[in-house]
Amino acid sequence: MTTALNRVAMMVVTLFGVTVVVFVLLRVAPGDPVAMMIGPGASAADILALRVRYGLDGSLLTQFIIWLKALLGGDFGTSISFHRNALALIAERLPATLELAVVALGVALLLGFTLAVAGTLAQRRIGEVAVDSLTGLMLAVPDFVWALALVLLFGVALPLFPLSGRIDPSLGGTFRTPFYLLESLVTGQAAAARDVAAHLVMPVLALALPLSAIVARVLKGALAEAMVQDYVLLARVKGMSEWRLVTREALRNAVGPTLALTGVQFTFLLGGTVIVERIFAYPGLGNMAIEAVINRDLPLVQGIVLVFGALFIVTNLLVDLAIAALNPRLRHG
Amino acid sequence: MIDVSRRHTLALGAGGFIASLLAGRIPVQAAETGTLTVAFNVNVPSFDPTTGASAVNPTIQAIYRSIFDQYVGQKPDLAFEPGLLTAWGWSDDKSKVWMDVRENVTWHDGSAFTPEDVVWSLTRAADPKAGNPIQFVWSKIANFKIEGHRITADVVSFEPTLFKWMAFLTGYVLPKTYYEKVGPEGFEKKPVGTGPYMFDAYEGNAYLRLKANPTYWGGKPPFETVVFKFVTDATSRAAEIESGSSDVTLEIPYEEFDRLKAKSGLKGVATPVSDIGMIFISNTTPAMLDKNVRLAAIHAIDKEAIIKRLLRGYGVPLATLEAPEYAAYDAAIKVPYDPKLAAELLKKSGYSPEKPVSFTIQTTRGFKPKDYEMIQAIVGMWRKVGIAAEIEVYEIAKHYELRAAHKLAPMAFYNWGNAIGDPTTSTGFAMFGPSPHSAWKSDDLDAKIGPLWGEKDEAKRIAGWKAVDQYIAEEGLVIPLLQYAQPVIYKSSLKLTPNVSGALQPTLVAKA
Repeated sequence: MTTALNRVAMMVVTLFGVTVVVFVLLRVAPGDPVAMMIGPGASAADILALRVRYGLDGSLLTQFIIWLKALLGGDFGTSISFHRNALALIAERLPATLELAVVALGVALLLGFTLAVAGTLAQRRIGEVAVDSLTGLMLAVPDFVWALALVLLFGVALPLFPLSGRIDPSLGGTFRTPFYLLESLVTGQAAAARDVAAHLVMPVLALALPLSAIVARVLKGALAEAMVQDYVLLARVKGMSEWRLVTREALRNAVGPTLALTGVQFTFLLGGTVIVERIFAYPGLGNMAIEAVINRDLPLVQGIVLVFGALFIVTNLLVDLAIAALNPRLRHG
Repeated sequence: MIDVSRRHTLALGAGGFIASLLAGRIPVQAAETGTLTVAFNVNVPSFDPTTGASAVNPTIQAIYRSIFDQYVGQKPDLAFEPGLLTAWGWSDDKSKVWMDVRENVTWHDGSAFTPEDVVWSLTRAADPKAGNPIQFVWSKIANFKIEGHRITADVVSFEPTLFKWMAFLTGYVLPKTYYEKVGPEGFEKKPVGTGPYMFDAYEGNAYLRLKANPTYWGGKPPFETVVFKFVTDATSRAAEIESGSSDVTLEIPYEEFDRLKAKSGLKGVATPVSDIGMIFISNTTPAMLDKNVRLAAIHAIDKEAIIKRLLRGYGVPLATLEAPEYAAYDAAIKVPYDPKLAAELLKKSGYSPEKPVSFTIQTTRGFKPKDYEMIQAIVGMWRKVGIAAEIEVYEIAKHYELRAAHKLAPMAFYNWGNAIGDPTTSTGFAMFGPSPHSAWKSDDLDAKIGPLWGEKDEAKRIAGWKAVDQYIAEEGLVIPLLQYAQPVIYKSSLKLTPNVSGALQPTLVAKA
């Protein structure tokens, strides 16, 4: 319990650090949002009025204190480019990113586990070489290159999946919640669920392929170690098949470290959504982040980075707590 | 009897799911469905066409012009035509304006469009607190009076381009009653206009779906539904059109444009638009104060070669900041490519290829087609005559910041749009010292430009701007490079009218 409370306290401190860094970095980064808005005939007074309007006229410290006070009250400010409450905008887009990231994580785990088990079963045979080569390739190619390759392969050469967006525009505007996939599955809207899933295929693969390679490699290593343990040897002597040895005996013990690593890698996967969402015109937080940066929409960029930061911190906290829960030695300090 | 195991069931289920995902992926033609899908290059962050940064984004006007109407309309060749105003003009002494408001127009919510909407929109646009970036123009008239369908107003300060701006950025009429009822946030969620298409559904960074306005005063639009997909990545836009997922797209690399337009089922047009590539010169360093250096830099640039080799021939070389479609274009002003003259000019100031003059040139990279490559080529041309320029790459946001603070490098690449084609919105704001957008600030030039802002004789005004352009060319105060061509690819089942303003309006696309 104390460990958990300590971690939560650390989380608050880290999050505060994130706010400071984000605020200062954005203010010292090149690009003045007011300069991007001024009309051709604007006078010095007009420019000053714009600064006042967007709260950019005070000193850095004054601006930070005002922003922090508002933030503590749950006010992220008003987006300069969208003319809307930044928190409301983030709340609208976050579910799309979470859905994409969680599905990608699931696919990465499925693919990674499959490859690891296949590689273990084919140990010292051509199958293992094939699995190792495949995971090497999947790991070597970054997610945005996978995205472009998938666009050309499944978007143009074999146009099987939609290239952009989250849902066919003809079906849009009918959802009650921002969790399209979940809602369509729960409410049994088969056509909508199919369409959302089809739109997810390529961005999910782009994100999942590199992560699945990591999962496969770590798990395959752990399986190799487990496969030479006494309990596995005993089971083999008893006549258990290789398939059952791997999936029933070795996997159970090898899965712990892999899941811990996956938790950490999930945060990188979240980071990867930024560019992948851009390529597939997927309306998530990452896509909006790029636009906010281009437009120097400071309230929105600050809010998005803060939310991403909070997600990273919470994910790591959950991973640590899960590991501690699974491992009694860590749980007791 | 067939024995089905759990594994078989799972496999069949997965197979069925994948098959269902793949089903129905055969693209259909817009002409067949009545839906026009546009793979658009920018997102629309706000549906208020009169405030904020998106209001002055020329590309987004394609969407605004679909939902809203402008006071004054504009044809694809930039000529003006009646919009929500059917007639307009000045009193003889230019102390008053009059505007006749179109009758029998309804807003998308069914309410009647009235002269009060026009007055409210103009008053709001002129209010500094409303955040209209073109407020300095709208504030030039006041004291509106409505008599029937005619509006009159007093001229606070004569602005010759007032009615031209009514067809340009922020020149839109919004619904007074509806806006006051729902407020700014409500308007963003469901904008209401009088335009040819009505707002139907929107998902930021994904798509905007519009429905045809069946009672549009300009006639029923050619498509029942228009979908703008916001595909900001150029590669993805090319893939959208190539795969048949979209019917039309724009702003793709010229190499891709040439490849795609040669494909069966696709057509392409790349006509010049009101967007100019130019290099600002800042009079902030001794090198730039040397007329010989400036003129040498201008004469050393082979614009034809740049267009031919880097832009695959898509572009028009320019000698001034006026494109051929603009009101003050003067074909008689010539600034020839002459590297010998450039070398001689530099020699007069003591420079040569062995002892070059040095300065920095700033450019964006990837903001406009081949922007960085163009500057690289220019720097190579300069090197041969005795100019050693160092390239500094920056983001466009940094350019705006530096320009507003008059801190640009001695030379800085930029692109300048001017969809009303008036010299005030090209040469004027780019070169007039007090403008926050100018880089060259000098009394001699300001003395020539100053009187033209309020010139009431139109012929004299345009002649005055031509003289200013001539002076700028002779003095070498800016480097106009080229007029861009906008690549548009569309399905051959459609016909498309290119728009010089660059706005890809759905009303300019029809079934072939």
